[in-house]
Order: sequence, then C-alpha cells, then structure tokens
Amino acid sequence: MAFGTYKEVVCARSTDKDIQKVSQDGGIVTALFAYALEENIIEGAIVAGDTEDPWKPEPTIALSREDLLAAAGTKYTFSPNAIKIKEAVRQNGLEKIGTVGTPCQIMGLRKMQSYPFSTRFVADKIKLMIGIFCTENFPRDSLRTFIDGKLHSSLAATTKMDIGKGKFWIDTVDGKQGLKIKETHGYEQAGCNICRDLVAKYADVSTGSIGSADGWSTVFPRTEGGNEVFQAAVEAGLIETKPMDEGKFGLELLEKLANNKADKGNAERERRLGLGLPLPQEL
Amino acid sequence: MLEGLKKWFNKLLGREAKPDAEDEKAKLKDSVQQVVEAESKPAEEAKKAADAAKAEAESSEPNIEESSTQEVEKVADKPRVGYIHMSGCTGDGMSLTENYDILSTVLTEMIDIVYGTTLVDVWTEGTFAQEMPEMDVALIEGSVCLQDEHSIKELLEVREKAGLVVAFGSCAMTGCFTRYSRGGQLAQPKHESFVPISNLVKVDAAIPGCPASPEIIAKTIVALVNGDMDYLTPMLNMAACDLACGCDLQTSVVNKALCCGCGTCVLACPTRALEMVEGRPSHNKSRCIKCGACSTHCPRTWFPAERVKKDLGL
Ligand SMILES: Cc1cc2nc3c(=O)[nH]c(=O)nc-3n(C[C@H](O)[C@H](O)[C@H](O)COP(=O)(O)OP(=O)(O)OC[C@H]3O[C@@H](n4cnc5c(N)ncnc54)[C@H](O)[C@@H]3O)c2cc1C
Ligand code: SF4
Ligand code: SF4
Ligand code: SF4
Repeated sequence: MAFGTYKEVVCARSTDKDIQKVSQDGGIVTALFAYALEENIIEGAIVAGDTEDPWKPEPTIALSREDLLAAAGTKYTFSPNAIKIKEAVRQNGLEKIGTVGTPCQIMGLRKMQSYPFSTRFVADKIKLMIGIFCTENFPRDSLRTFIDGKLHSSLAATTKMDIGKGKFWIDTVDGKQGLKIKETHGYEQAGCNICRDLVAKYADVSTGSIGSADGWSTVFPRTEGGNEVFQAAVEAGLIETKPMDEGKFGLELLEKLANNKADKGNAERERRLGLGLPLPQEL
Repeated sequence: MLEGLKKWFNKLLGREAKPDAEDEKAKLKDSVQQVVEAESKPAEEAKKAADAAKAEAESSEPNIEESSTQEVEKVADKPRVGYIHMSGCTGDGMSLTENYDILSTVLTEMIDIVYGTTLVDVWTEGTFAQEMPEMDVALIEGSVCLQDEHSIKELLEVREKAGLVVAFGSCAMTGCFTRYSRGGQLAQPKHESFVPISNLVKVDAAIPGCPASPEIIAKTIVALVNGDMDYLTPMLNMAACDLACGCDLQTSVVNKALCCGCGTCVLACPTRALEMVEGRPSHNKSRCIKCGACSTHCPRTWFPAERVKKDLGL
C-alpha cells in the first residue's frame, strides 16, 4: 500500500498564528509537540535547531514552546535527531521524548525500539515520533552548489527553502526564486536512491505538504498513541482540519508520487543487485 | 509451549522433527503474537508470558494429578540455561539481573539456570568440580583466550552439552575490547589472544551489545520461552559474525552507498567513537571498542519491517 497503515488522512493546520508564521507548511509538527509538551505527554522534543552557520541544522533538545518555534521550518539537509536522544535521557533526565524525522530516521529508531541491543533504557523513552514526508535529502554542499551556481544566490541570503509545484524554491530579500526539480537531480545523497518510503509509514503521525494547499498539511495519524495526541490537539482547538482533496492535486497526487518513489527505489535496487552490491536485508 | 521450543532446537540442529511439529509451531506462533501484540514493554511482555505459562500449567493441572510422572516432566520442561563466563566483564550477566521487576519470575518460573559461576555455583573448574549438565541454551559471555586451556576445554564441552550456543554480549560475538589485548600483563602475561567464540565452536545465535541491554535480554527470553523464532531471526543471522567495528560501518554501509544520514549508529555507540560529520558517521578509531552496536542498529544493514509493524499495531 502506498500510504502504509493509518487511522485516517486529513488536511490540517495549526490555528496558532505564531506557529503559522514560522512553520514550513501547516505547522503540524510544531503544534503537536507544543501540545504534547503542554499536556506532559512528552517532556522535550528533539528537533532540527539552527546554528551560526546558515542552513547547518544541529539536533537540539526543545524543552519549551519557544524552543520549538525557533526550530520550525524544513532544512533540506541532515539533522540526525537521533544522536541527541541519549543526552536527553541521560543528561536531561527526560522520561518521555518526542522526535521528528524523515522516514529513514524513523526506521532507525523503530528498529532500536523493537531490538534494543545495546541501548540501555533509551529507545523506550521515545513516546511521540512524528514522520515528515520525504522525497530526498541533500548534503549541505549540494544545496550550496545549486543555490550559488544555478540560482546565483547564497545560503546566507536564503531565508526559506521549499519544494513544491515541480520546483525547489528559495526566499531571499530579493524575493522568491525557483529551480526546476530536474535541475537538482544528482545532488541528493546516494542513500536516498534506494528509499521507498515517502510518507513515513512507521511514524506515530506522518505529515507533509503534498496533497494539501499552501499553508496546510496532509496528516496521517497511524498508531493508537499518535492518533490520540492528534485528535486531542484537534479537540483542544490547536489544530483545525478539513477533508482531504481526493482529486488530482490531493490524494491522487500523493499516491502517484508515493508509488513513483517506490518504483524508482526498486529500480535502483535492481541495478545495484546487478552490480553485485549489497542491499539492506529485509526481515 | 516448551515442546515447540525443543522441536525448534531439533530443527535448528538438523535433527528430525516429528510430523506434528508444524501444527505445534503454528499454534505457538499464534500465542506469541498475542503476547507480543498486547504489550510493548519487555517487562510487561515477560510478566504476561509468565502468566500465560502459569495459566497453562493450571489449566492442565487435572492431568498432572492423574500421573505423577507428568508433573516431573512439567518441571523439567523449563528451558535449562547455562551461563558461561569466558573473558568479559560480567556486564551482560549484570544486565540480565537488571530486569529487576521480572527477574524473580524469570528465574523461578521461566527458566532454570543449571550451570554457571554467577547466579548459580555450578562449574566444572570450581573448587568442588561438578560435571557439566545437558543444557537447552548456553549463554556465553566473553571472548575465549587461546592460551587459556580451561576456557577452551569448557567452551568445547559446552558445545557438546548445549542445544543452543548463544554469544551473549559483544565480547563473545566480536571479541569487542578484548581484541586490543596483546598479553604481557599480570596475572597471566602469556594470555594474549582473545577471539570471538565462533572462531572455535559453532555458534547458533548472538546478542551483541556492550553490554547487551536489559531490555533485549528480557525480549529474547520471552521469545525463547515462546518459541518465537521470528523475533530471534536477527540473532540467528548474526551468529557467525565475528567482525564488527566502526570501520565496518564505513566499509559496509557508507562505502556501499547505503547510508542515509539518520544518526542511529551514533546513538547506539556506547563510547562516543562516532559523530556525524556532514551527514555521515565519522569514526574515531582510538575510542572504538569494536562492539558492533553501530552496524547492528543501522537501519541500512537490516530492517525488521514485519516486527516493527507488529510492535506498533500497524
Ligand atoms: C529533507 C526533507 C525532505 C522533504 N521532502 C518532502 C516532500 O518531498 N514532500 C512533502 O510533502 N514534504 C516533504 N518534507 C516535509 C515538509 O517539508 C515539512 O517538513 C513538513 O510538511 C512539516 O511541516 P510543518 O509545517 O508541519 O512543520 P514545522 O512546524 O515547520 O516543523 C518542522 C519540524 O521538522 C524539523 N526538521 C526540519 N528539517 C529537518 C530535517 N532535515 N531533519 C529532521 N527534522 C527536521 C524542524 O526542526 C521542526 O521541528 C521534507 C522534509 C525534509 C526535512
Ligand atoms: S529519501 Fe529516504 S533515505 Fe533519503 S532522506 Fe528521505 S527518507 Fe531518508
Ligand atoms: S564505533 Fe562505537 S558502536 Fe561501533 S563498534 Fe566502535 S564502539 Fe562499537
Ligand atoms: S545508522 Fe547507518 S544509515 Fe544511519 S547514519 Fe549510521 S551508517 Fe548511516
């Protein structure tokens, strides 16, 4: 199934103006974590914080709404949030942790929860995993290369990055510029080429922009726990929902892109097998 | 339940399985699924499995009353486990005991520890040398020293006496930090060559970790008692692995274009020998203890999709 297992799929956004201002899409990630913090469902969340270097995110332990707001928005490069979890448990003493990640990041943590071989009482502390849709991720120098070379701008001048409507967009003081997605091909990391999960099938709640209008998010609550938190946040009025557009720019598009990604991933796997290269073993 | 476990051992060891084995296995799988689906915490899982075992025992009590020989069989039916200590730090044994809330249940109702220098005092090399009994499972902690004739003798004998030989913890599986030994130290300057136990005997399963975590031990015991071979598959697959280090992460994942930059390896590393640099694990050799945790946890070496779905109720 293209979308994995889920309770429902809705179009949603945060009702909080502060979140809307800084979030990438509907602000679902920030809103859910803020709600979960408030309700003590989690005591902290590992997010992609900013550093002094432009577009060089660093996994950060957010302990407040302010921390969450400061880390909102998509960074199209690596923020391996997993690496902060041990510190959150052992140094900060957090018993209930939230984290956000691309589908592959979620897979690493889920594997650790099912098989906690060497991580003593760490993986069980992760109580809320929010998965973000992902087509590919870029090394920071890839971003730099095509933003400098093809968009004639710079990382430092860029205030927002986004992928949508077939283009990679940057916002700068000079306005918005787009680069055809095709022009970014070949700059993504190689590990993405065998990836088949667009919609973070193993997250508690998955969310992304594909299938929803600007400023809104497509949301899949998946697990019991994830669904509970999401529904509670909706009931509390922190998140508003509307039915998904089933058509060409809604679910249909998402399904097409999810299947495309799986097909491309499978084709690359075939190619690698042909070269005698190894693939992750599926159990 | 335990009948199933024995049949599984037999199958594993290439012995003939009885015709009804498949049936039994299917039943077994069902009961395991129920247990595992119901709970996510290992402690709760273990308790539940123990309760189920108890309930089963109770429900068959009338039969036991009918014949006293059956009662004996019932008791003897708990898996007989040996805990063998080679060259390691006892961290894995301590990890086992760290399952405080289920330890007494495990030791009294789920398994019988029949051999070992720790937890029980039965040892062939002890002051009161005792014969090594037959065992269903032998948990072997520590690497084996090639200059230690006692260890070698014990290891070879365990292989004879145990149905299932498990490399318990990273030292037994990969040699871990004992790989750095070069001898020349007291009390035995000649003791210099420490190797994974699989270099000398056939190993059936491995539980890596420095130490193996209390949770993985609890989950493994539950799976063993329930004959849940699906859960144990990764452990069986890793049995022959005797090579694991941060450099293997580089050669088997990064060099093979598999790394996705998720950082799970860094989280798993117990010694901070790994850090993420530009989205890739960077390996500091002088901190690495060769425990294999990084490769074991990487989602790009193997991924248990079915188990993850089951654990999440997806
Ligand atoms: C590399 C990448 C590729 C993506 N590709 C797609 C796509 O193809 N289609 C699609 O619909 N959506 C994609 N997304 C998701 C999308 O861009 C939004 O992140 C998502 O919709 C959540 O928006 P939001 O407004 O709910 O989140 P916000 O409220 O803005 O919060 C986003 C959260 O994600 C964290 N975060 C940001 N960047 C990263 C990162 N690199 N790694 C881990 N955590 C991070 C932030 O710290 C913040 O906590 C991608 C995201 C990433 C990181
Ligand atoms: S495409 Fe797949 S492998 Fe690449 S970052 Fe996204 S989830 Fe990870
Ligand atoms: S890098 Fe870390 S996890 Fe990997 S083998 Fe070395 S010590 Fe173990
Ligand atoms: S766990 Fe594997 S895929 Fe993830 S960063 Fe480490 S080597 Fe790369």
